[in-house]
Amino acid sequence: MNLTLKIWRQAGPRHTGELMTYKVSDISPDMSFLEMLDVLNEQLNAKGEEPIAFDSDCREGICGMCGLMISGEAHGPEKTTTCQLHMRSFRDGEVITIEPWRANAFPVIKDLVVDRGAFDRIIQAGGYVSVNTGAAPDAHATPVPKPAADRAFMAAECIGCGACVAACPNASAMLFMGAKVTHLSELPQGQPERMARVVSMVDQHDEEGFGGCTNVGACSQACPKGIPQDVISTLNKDLRAALRG
Amino acid sequence: MTETTVNAGIAHGLYREGEPVADSKAPAGPIAGKWRQRQFEASLVNPANRRKLDVIIVGTGLAGGSAAATLGEAGYNVKVFCFQDSPRRAHSIAAQGGINAAKNYKEDGDSVFRLFYDTVKGGDYRSRETNVYRLAEVSANIIDQCVAQGVPFAREYGGLLDNRSFGGVQVSRTFYARGQTGQQLLIGAYQALERQVAAGTVEQFTRHEMLEVVVVDGRARGIIVRDLVTGEIETHLADAVVLGSGGYGNVFFLSTNAMGSNVTATWRAHRKGAYMANPCYTQIHPTCIPVSGEHQSKLTLMSESLRNDGRIWVPKNREDCDKDPRDIAEEDRDYYLERIYPSFGNLVPRDIASRQAKNVCDEGRGVGPMVGDFRRGVYLDFADAIQRLGRDAVESKYGNLFDMYARITGENPYETPMRIYPAVHYVMGGLWVDYDLQSTIPGLFVIGEANFSDHGANRLGASALMQGLADGYFVLPNTIRDYLAKGPFDKLTQEHPQVVEARTSVEQRTKRLLEIRGERSVDSFHRELGNIMWEYCGMERSEEGLLKAIDLIRGLREEFWRNVRVLGSGDTLNQSLEKAGRVADFLELGELMCIDALHRRESCGGHFRAESQTEDGEALRHDDEFLYVAAWEFGGGDALGEMQQPVLHKEDLVYEAIELKQRSYK
Ligand SMILES: Cc1cc2nc3c(=O)[nH]c(=O)nc-3n(C[C@H](O)[C@H](O)[C@H](O)COP(=O)(O)OP(=O)(O)OC[C@H]3O[C@@H](n4cnc5c(N)ncnc54)[C@H](O)[C@@H]3O)c2cc1C
Ligand code: SF4
Ligand code: FES
Repeated sequence: MNLTLKIWRQAGPRHTGELMTYKVSDISPDMSFLEMLDVLNEQLNAKGEEPIAFDSDCREGICGMCGLMISGEAHGPEKTTTCQLHMRSFRDGEVITIEPWRANAFPVIKDLVVDRGAFDRIIQAGGYVSVNTGAAPDAHATPVPKPAADRAFMAAECIGCGACVAACPNASAMLFMGAKVTHLSELPQGQPERMARVVSMVDQHDEEGFGGCTNVGACSQACPKGIPQDVISTLNKDLRAALRG
Repeated sequence: MTETTVNAGIAHGLYREGEPVADSKAPAGPIAGKWRQRQFEASLVNPANRRKLDVIIVGTGLAGGSAAATLGEAGYNVKVFCFQDSPRRAHSIAAQGGINAAKNYKEDGDSVFRLFYDTVKGGDYRSRETNVYRLAEVSANIIDQCVAQGVPFAREYGGLLDNRSFGGVQVSRTFYARGQTGQQLLIGAYQALERQVAAGTVEQFTRHEMLEVVVVDGRARGIIVRDLVTGEIETHLADAVVLGSGGYGNVFFLSTNAMGSNVTATWRAHRKGAYMANPCYTQIHPTCIPVSGEHQSKLTLMSESLRNDGRIWVPKNREDCDKDPRDIAEEDRDYYLERIYPSFGNLVPRDIASRQAKNVCDEGRGVGPMVGDFRRGVYLDFADAIQRLGRDAVESKYGNLFDMYARITGENPYETPMRIYPAVHYVMGGLWVDYDLQSTIPGLFVIGEANFSDHGANRLGASALMQGLADGYFVLPNTIRDYLAKGPFDKLTQEHPQVVEARTSVEQRTKRLLEIRGERSVDSFHRELGNIMWEYCGMERSEEGLLKAIDLIRGLREEFWRNVRVLGSGDTLNQSLEKAGRVADFLELGELMCIDALHRRESCGGHFRAESQTEDGEALRHDDEFLYVAAWEFGGGDALGEMQQPVLHKEDLVYEAIELKQRSYK
């Protein structure tokens, strides 16, 4: 396949960026999208141009490190992570625009790499169960009904990639946060801190500069793990209960 | 010990032998009482003193993340580092299958002793009994801890935890969270860690890479890191340093490891005096998706459980290799594992399944695309299973794996057999540690895949996760206090000559990498090194091949320092520079792996030595000569990859609780 790529280049956080055009040829449909970028980077390196910076690590769709806006869609046209997207999803001759996640809370570091530290800080605000090592009772002491366990697991599948934020017109992180709140609220272990958690996480979310949720649903559409929008309802329900006291 | 011939490595002047090494920390007495005794003997640190003690932890995987959280809870002053943008992305996240624990919830005869026994046997009698016993002992606590954190393990309808049997053992002791066990365990540790960050006991440094360890007056006292965003070289000092930096499978270029997995942290420590143990012990996993072309950047593992129902075969005749598999008649198929190992069939251990796949492909009977001169793949066929169990049953068991396969290859495994091929997956080798998990540098502790301690020459499925969390939650926090009780050590300043020396060496090396401006990319060196390692230091090794590999690696390393091209500058995010530093270290490690493999003239665990086989071609271990851990001391060298002869220190392995046996799967 031959492709034209328009790629966001930005030297650093305080620089202005622009879309640059590159051509790649002989791309195999079996390549992953990131392998296609590897090929481009090898070409740039050979020509003496600095390769394009982009994030990835596991390349298996689980670590959440990768994430690109591909022709306007977070993680591209398939419901998967950027690293699990393959070139067979594109047409020969296609023009593909590649940009970083765009959100005030995710500043660009360089080219396609952004800073998602805000997600860590939201978890620090309460996305955990306070149990010190060694203080745990036997694992069978508290049975968990299977439906609750399954829903908790579904929500816990979030990989923290940030596609939900990138896809949202308000750059809201409610899907990410709803997933964590739901994971812990479904489980008996999450109950003692349930109310305090949601309030403090939401405060942090707003402080980081993420926008509010207006039920657009683009987050869930873009989410590579299929986290459903109803986790946001769970969050809102917990938040209302907490604020009522 | 009888040394009949002079070891080839010595004969070729590749290494020399030094004094033996031994663990001095495990208490005497019956194995079942040692850990309790050690915890009692290890000095305590007064809670009021803990916040005066600084501990650096490199790595936020299961090992580093759990250790940082636990030491933070205990009140120490912790700094934790990772190269990803968040601790939650450490490579542990990719583990699929599960985690073992001797809970005996199924009442199927499991016990601490049985888990201990299975792990030692699985390691082909090349691990240290005391460490493995302790691992089995603390395994049950791990599950309790994780459940309390909210890790959503699979449950039965009654609400209790479900277990499965994994990796060929006869009891069901594996806890799992669908195919995402590593992810769920890591998120649990990550959340515990973030809680400590919020509490102010742990300071976290993401996108920071450790490039050197600071050793002052014989003790590990800090690390030199590069802030990957600003490029700044920083010095961090402490009373003790813990490495939980994971495995180095990426020395093979293609592996199931994450792109960034590297040896730099441990290799730099090795260069500073920490012994590297059994570096050649590598685990090769039989069920990975084969290479599809030259562009391939990494390999993807599919759960071993597929072998429970899939049948492995290749065509009997080479002429059939490029045919549609569905058109190959039953009598023209060679179900080679079922043929060679009638009692275990497709469920033979990982190393046997891997080696036989390589053998049939070497014979020219592999399938799939040509990669170089060979087709590198064998069929894993579910047609029988679909007929026997129905498509729905197969889908409910393996649906997510089939989807993953279809996504990556573009083929539908319900209709045409999957293709699989072995890939490097895990390294049992790593820095040598004693029972306290302390390396040969006082104050430098090593946990998780980065150390060598628990898996011998081969690792059982679902036990790396167990080890990472055992080390981080339960072992290290109890042993490191014995060392920290001697502190706080003299306060150091950034101007101390040995601190300055460490920082300067990093600055110079970084500068050098950027100045070469040669012709070849970092990846091209890495790929070439990987090919050499896979060919000569992979599943099957021989003296001739290893000697050749050592020569090739030396040539490649020399060229690297002359001809690598790293563009951009050192004072911004520069991913080529990061890779270059890692590949430079792989180029040194690769040579030591080959020397270690050369000296170990026996087939053992995950690796097969051509000169050491039975009459019918099976692995032959030599307990008379090789019942020891090979702990290598760095022999000296310069910053540009010049290396002197390493020194071999042997730790004799003593089996008191378990009787030595040769494996047999025929
Ligand atoms: C695909 C796959 C599936 C697996 N499945 C299973 C399974 O089902 N069951 C099982 O028991 N095991 C499994 N394993 C093995 C297991 O996942 C690993 O051995 C284990 O998770 C390693 O954990 P760790 O904490 O030691 O290291 P890692 O999780 O690799 O963490 C390493 C950490 O060190 C940091 N780091 C490394 N180098 C540096 C540096 N120079 N500077 C700063 N930071 C650094 C990284 O950022 C990271 O935070 C699997 C492995 C793979 C590859
Ligand atoms: S909710 Fe989905 S899109 Fe958002 S961070 Fe989690 S996995 Fe990514
Ligand atoms: S690189 Fe890990 S999810 Fe894509």
